[in-house]
Amino acid sequence: MREAEDRLSGQFARALAGDAAAYREFLAGLGALLRGFLRRRMERLPDDIEDLVQETLLAVHNQRHTYDPGQPLTAWVHAIARYKLVDFLRRRGTRQALDQPLDDEEEWLHAPESEAMGTKRDLAALLARLPERQRLPIVHMKLEGLSAAETARRTGMSESAVKVGVHRGLKALAALIREDA
Amino acid sequence: MKTDALISMLATGAGAPDRGVARRRFALALGFGATATLLLMVALMGVRPDLPRMAQAPMFWAKLAYCATLATAALAVAARLGRPGARAAGLAGALALPLLAMWLLAAVSLYGTAGAEREALVFGTTWRACAFSIAFLSLPLFAGLLWAMQGLAPTRPALAGAAAGVLSGAAAALFYSLHCPELGAPFLGIWYPLGMLIPAAAGAIAGPRLLRW
Repeated sequence: MREAEDRLSGQFARALAGDAAAYREFLAGLGALLRGFLRRRMERLPDDIEDLVQETLLAVHNQRHTYDPGQPLTAWVHAIARYKLVDFLRRRGTRQALDQPLDDEEEWLHAPESEAMGTKRDLAALLARLPERQRLPIVHMKLEGLSAAETARRTGMSESAVKVGVHRGLKALAALIREDA
Repeated sequence: MKTDALISMLATGAGAPDRGVARRRFALALGFGATATLLLMVALMGVRPDLPRMAQAPMFWAKLAYCATLATAALAVAARLGRPGARAAGLAGALALPLLAMWLLAAVSLYGTAGAEREALVFGTTWRACAFSIAFLSLPLFAGLLWAMQGLAPTRPALAGAAAGVLSGAAAALFYSLHCPELGAPFLGIWYPLGMLIPAAAGAIAGPRLLRW
């Protein structure tokens, strides 16, 4: 388990320094562990597991500036996953999974990694509902992989407006997910 | 959208996140909030004309230090509560220290005072207005700090809101000290914390609604 944590911590540290490839590996490894964790916690809601994996990954991305490098990654991820799980169950009006305490910070690290499943929610459809000044920067920069400068040229927005649009758009996407459920 | 596609989208062009957001937001909230609170106090209550004379009393400085240490401890707790998984319990103990010190002073001064005068130490002349004045003055700071907290990710929103409330109350009490005539430790140990508890309670109620993410 130390191994998994060390690997993820290393990837995350590089990601926070701007290494996109390390970040991709980090999110993939984290997603597989979160899926195993949620699978155990949501036995009666199997169809919602992948949606919550996606919601939690988006939260990790949107809140990655709140991670303090002096802090154990385990505790940070646990607090986010727990918050999102409790929030989801509350929206659903069920307290299932909460019968057992959620205090073990390492629980998600011990979970067997598992393969992606189908989702009920389509994030692409939610993305389409964002206003243009957020949607276009996300489509060009995050989906087509264009640079901020190129995106600015195509949309007629300024470079800083493009960056703000991506940032706010992903936060707005998380808010749409909360309303959607 | 499949999870792989989501991961790819999140990672593409991700770059280094701006880690200074929290510090900047708290600095802005405290800067603008404190200015607005000071202006409110000066305009609606006024600085004491006998402030220079009052400043010769050690208890006046103890009062300022009391408010300032409470505000500092509350700021540290609030900043921690904004970060998922950060521990705040130990720091919350730091919040109790100035309170305990003031209560100790209060016990000593009450012990050394005869019956009839004790009442004056507890109620002073302004006990009716004190807590509400502090709560009122805390409003701009309170609003600013909740906004600052929205830039972070509190996983215990009621506690985070309460910490923002205590911080706004303690900072407001610091400015209120320039208007307030009271120097009795029992007074400061009761009515000042009560004034901070009002925004704290408001924060505990507002937190779960305003601090979702």
